[in-house]
Amino acid sequence: MSFSIVSDPVTIFQEKLGSLFTDAVMQFQEYRGELTLTVRPERIIELCQALREHPDLRFDLLSDLTAVDHLQDRKAGDPRYHVVYHLFSTHTKKRIRLKAPVDGETPEIDSVTPVWRGADWHERECYDMFGIVFRGHPDLRRILMPEDWVGYPLRKDYPVTGEETYDYINKQLADE
Amino acid sequence: MPFKLEFQTDSRITETLKERHTDHMVLNMGPQHPSTHGVLRLVLELDGEEIVNVIPDIGYLHRGMEKLAEVKGYHRFIPFTDRLDYLAPMSNNTGVVLAVEKLIGVEVPPRAQYLRVILCELARISSHLLWLGTSALDIGAMSVFMYTFRERETIYDIFEEVCGARFTVSYMRVGGVSVDVPPHFAAMTRAFIDDFGKKIDEYEALLTNNKIWRMRTEGIGVISAERAIEYGMTGPCLRGSGVDVDLRRDNPYLVYDELDFDIPLGENGDTFDRYLVRVEEMRQSRRIIRQALEKLPDGPIKVDDNKISFPERATIEHSMEAVIHHFLLASEGVKAPPGEVYMPIEAPKGELGFYVVGDGTAYPKRLRIRSPSFVNLSALPEMCRGHMIADVVAIIGTIDLVLGDCDR
Repeated sequence: MSFSIVSDPVTIFQEKLGSLFTDAVMQFQEYRGELTLTVRPERIIELCQALREHPDLRFDLLSDLTAVDHLQDRKAGDPRYHVVYHLFSTHTKKRIRLKAPVDGETPEIDSVTPVWRGADWHERECYDMFGIVFRGHPDLRRILMPEDWVGYPLRKDYPVTGEETYDYINKQLADE
Repeated sequence: MPFKLEFQTDSRITETLKERHTDHMVLNMGPQHPSTHGVLRLVLELDGEEIVNVIPDIGYLHRGMEKLAEVKGYHRFIPFTDRLDYLAPMSNNTGVVLAVEKLIGVEVPPRAQYLRVILCELARISSHLLWLGTSALDIGAMSVFMYTFRERETIYDIFEEVCGARFTVSYMRVGGVSVDVPPHFAAMTRAFIDDFGKKIDEYEALLTNNKIWRMRTEGIGVISAERAIEYGMTGPCLRGSGVDVDLRRDNPYLVYDELDFDIPLGENGDTFDRYLVRVEEMRQSRRIIRQALEKLPDGPIKVDDNKISFPERATIEHSMEAVIHHFLLASEGVKAPPGEVYMPIEAPKGELGFYVVGDGTAYPKRLRIRSPSFVNLSALPEMCRGHMIADVVAIIGTIDLVLGDCDR
């Protein structure tokens, strides 16, 4: 049922990526056969480029890009969001997950659209739902919600139902 | 004040047109257009009849599924997945329960795995049948629609026998399936697939060498292998361009690695190749179902762990423990440990992935749905450029998108 991603990931990635791995990757972990690299957000483009171009790795397909809001259970000082990238290689059929921590009221990270064209809509959706700004994105607009929507629905402080929703939106409008 | 008819067009297109002083026309197509298969709006920039640019506008069917998952919990979210790609609810159910099972770290009994494979492949056939019927209808071949809907009806009859529902099935459960299939399920399914081979030949006789069909599909909506990968396209849209990726073989899940099947590939990446790929996939699904029916073992249909699946009805009458488990499962739901998993499956339309972040409760902290239609649709502008308006209809058809899946 589980599928292997990379056998003995640490050595392989360290060998292939060399100093970039040591500089850009803060931490790696394996869970249920899946490899996750937590990376420095400022190195994300560089690392994605290397993962895509390296002749032995060739993670050429961006499977998914999204974010997670850790508002309720983060420790003090931890970043609030993780931007999560799922990469897939059509050559080796391996998968890898990258996580880049971002923080702040308007979190920012570099766009990976120069690396994968397909990141365009994913990043627009991520901006639409979490309010994460992707620097260098060609056309960062809302994609699923109406263009004049207030607030970012998938943030944990955004209410799901009832009058709270109206209160939240009115407060956001008043703040603007 | 004189009456002015205002069209809500994409401000970006109109502004750039003004800047460039071109006499290109902006045409709004949809969201209520019969060929857009739901509520897709396209803003077309036209030079005469030729497409210069297309801006898709989506979100008309957005229901906030990912947010709802966070308050509904793992089990109560299953019926929501029926409404993602509503042409293959069995696949969506399977996707979400596999993700949760992977997070919990439990493997379901073989019978349940085989049943899931059979029903997923039936869902694939039914989804491809609807695609074939409607995309041929859009291009103008009326009669195929009548034939494909005849077979699709039989598949829905099978689903009705299995779980009581024809369309929104909600059949899969975390830890297995909801009920065992009725005794006549195997005979019914076998009768369908025995007959179905001839039916595929019938569709092909109507279309494959039909001169008009070939003129409308060959060389239309071409996307090269490199471009398709760059856009992240998956499923038949990627294989139509000749990229050999099928998650049933490459990242095997369920019991696909015990079954023998071929993966059809296209060469040119045009509408005609994607048509051939999907037709062949229906034949391969038929092969898979036949083998799975032969190998279908007896035994339990859900895991024997009352923290995950409901205890047997009979045990509730004499076991206090069973009552407690039943009560906890019904009121709280299945709990998943803290951690994160991404579970991709090969749905009829491409890679359907569920990224689940658990926090130890019965509610996911984050449940992300990576839907194939969303990603495949993002390549539409590139596929349309330089073609005629009538070809846009053919290209929407060939991407095989479902807006429920796209907008979530």
